[in-house]
Amino acid sequence: MSNRVAISVSGLTKQFGDFTAVDAITFDVKQGEIFGFLGANGAGKTTAMRMLCGLSLPTSGKANVAGFDLYKESENIKKNIGYMSQKFSLYDDLTIRENNRFYGGIYGLTDEQIKEKTQFMLKHLHLESQADTLVKALPLGWKQKLSFSVSMIHDPKIVFLDEPTGGVDPITRREFWTMIYEAASRGTTVFVTTHYMDEAEYCDRVSIMVDGRIEALDTPAALTKKFDVKGMEEVFIQLARKAKRSDN
Amino acid sequence: MESAVKAERVYKNFQSGKTEIEALNNISFEVERGELFGLIGPDGAGKTTLFRILTTLMIANKGNAWVDGFEVVSQYKEIRKRVGYMPGRFSLYQDLSVEENISFFATLFGTTLEENYEFVKDIYVQIEPFKKRRAGALSGGMKQKLALSCALIHRPSVLFLDEPTTGVDAVSRQEFWDLLKSLQHQGITIVVSTPYMDEANLCDRVALMQNGKIMDIDTPKGITQKFPKPLWAIIAADMYKLMHDLRSDERVDTCYPFGQYHHITFTELNQEIQSIEKTLVEKGHADLSIQKIEPTIEDCFMELMNK
Repeated sequence: MSNRVAISVSGLTKQFGDFTAVDAITFDVKQGEIFGFLGANGAGKTTAMRMLCGLSLPTSGKANVAGFDLYKESENIKKNIGYMSQKFSLYDDLTIRENNRFYGGIYGLTDEQIKEKTQFMLKHLHLESQADTLVKALPLGWKQKLSFSVSMIHDPKIVFLDEPTGGVDPITRREFWTMIYEAASRGTTVFVTTHYMDEAEYCDRVSIMVDGRIEALDTPAALTKKFDVKGMEEVFIQLARKAKRSDN
Repeated sequence: MESAVKAERVYKNFQSGKTEIEALNNISFEVERGELFGLIGPDGAGKTTLFRILTTLMIANKGNAWVDGFEVVSQYKEIRKRVGYMPGRFSLYQDLSVEENISFFATLFGTTLEENYEFVKDIYVQIEPFKKRRAGALSGGMKQKLALSCALIHRPSVLFLDEPTTGVDAVSRQEFWDLLKSLQHQGITIVVSTPYMDEANLCDRVALMQNGKIMDIDTPKGITQKFPKPLWAIIAADMYKLMHDLRSDERVDTCYPFGQYHHITFTELNQEIQSIEKTLVEKGHADLSIQKIEPTIEDCFMELMNK
């Protein structure tokens, strides 16, 4: 992890009418850091993430993502980040190779680069024999690992992962985290949300959002110590219980 | 007394392009009356297909199943009167209000909300303040409570819940399980599926499912007691390096990250820990600590997957 800052957020706020979805959040994420972005359902995580990806304009506050200003340079942000979620990843009716060509094309890679990237990815994931298989015929675990690789086809500085391991079997879930570690060790910043509290422990630092605000931000070890509990699950439950606003 | 649910070698396959997918591969199990039974497994394990067959929405290729003593194919009408089913995907009418949805489902079963108010009260009171709101405009948690109210409105004897807690945060998950426990106390049989392994401990018995097969059926305690080897939890300053060093050590059989720790088993049942510690210290690991632990359901699930 370097000391360079990949994401810098200050007083970032989003209001929908008189409802403040994200309430003046402030934090920095370092280049190469694995940053866990936690919160209860309805705490404002998705709204915050959409702003950081340049998909939604903030009501107020400042943010710089991958070296670009959120207000003036959102198109540059989109080019320099990767995004993957459990719900939206690859096109089921395209083959692995076609998905690569599609996403490579979107990010402006040359045919030569796409070819090279595809070869490397297939080899790395041991999927050489499946290159021309429709994505829908792949087991979910493979799909998610593939989808993570595709989200980084353009070597983004930052990758946003929104519940990437939901519904995945426990062994594949751990293989997925090995891929996250590898990406981070190569210098990619990983910004990840999850409902699995054991995964929160794998992050370098985590933030926990409650009612639109960041109520805690530190390393898992420091948070566990501060709240005098055994692990992140208990930290999370203590904080989320205080929520007034709720999805329930 | 006959069991609430019984499945005998249920088999179902699907054709997807050129490939054939065995969604359920000879599934057999029984659920006792009044039991809270969990189907634990990841996406693609076959949980939803099994629910569809048991709720008479799909017919198996082979095998047979009974719910509340009725056979799922020939007596499907009887079963439909008796079961409540909450699918994984929200499937109520988004354009109807909360109370319209409830009265719609009540009417289908020839009953009314008033008639069964006491039965659904615990859940319904939480959405009652929003009864005029369109279902589509409810938050995720509220939608879930409305769906559960609709599934319960005819006082079913067996309730099927397909992944009710997927994508739900840790606090709301706890609340939902409290709700299930209180329903169970009213005498209802509950079959619930979940991809969260830790929720297995909240069930009376569970079936661990993977790739269309049941790997084991037992009480949560029964499952963890079957773990074949001593299990150790290990922690050190650099967990990533620790994992690499352990996985490349011949004496280590499995090593998986588990929150703050790595869980490890050894090739030899009576592996001496001091020699492992010594090796790791020599490799420069600081703040090293190893302790013997009881396996969790997730440890057992992975052990069974590797078989």
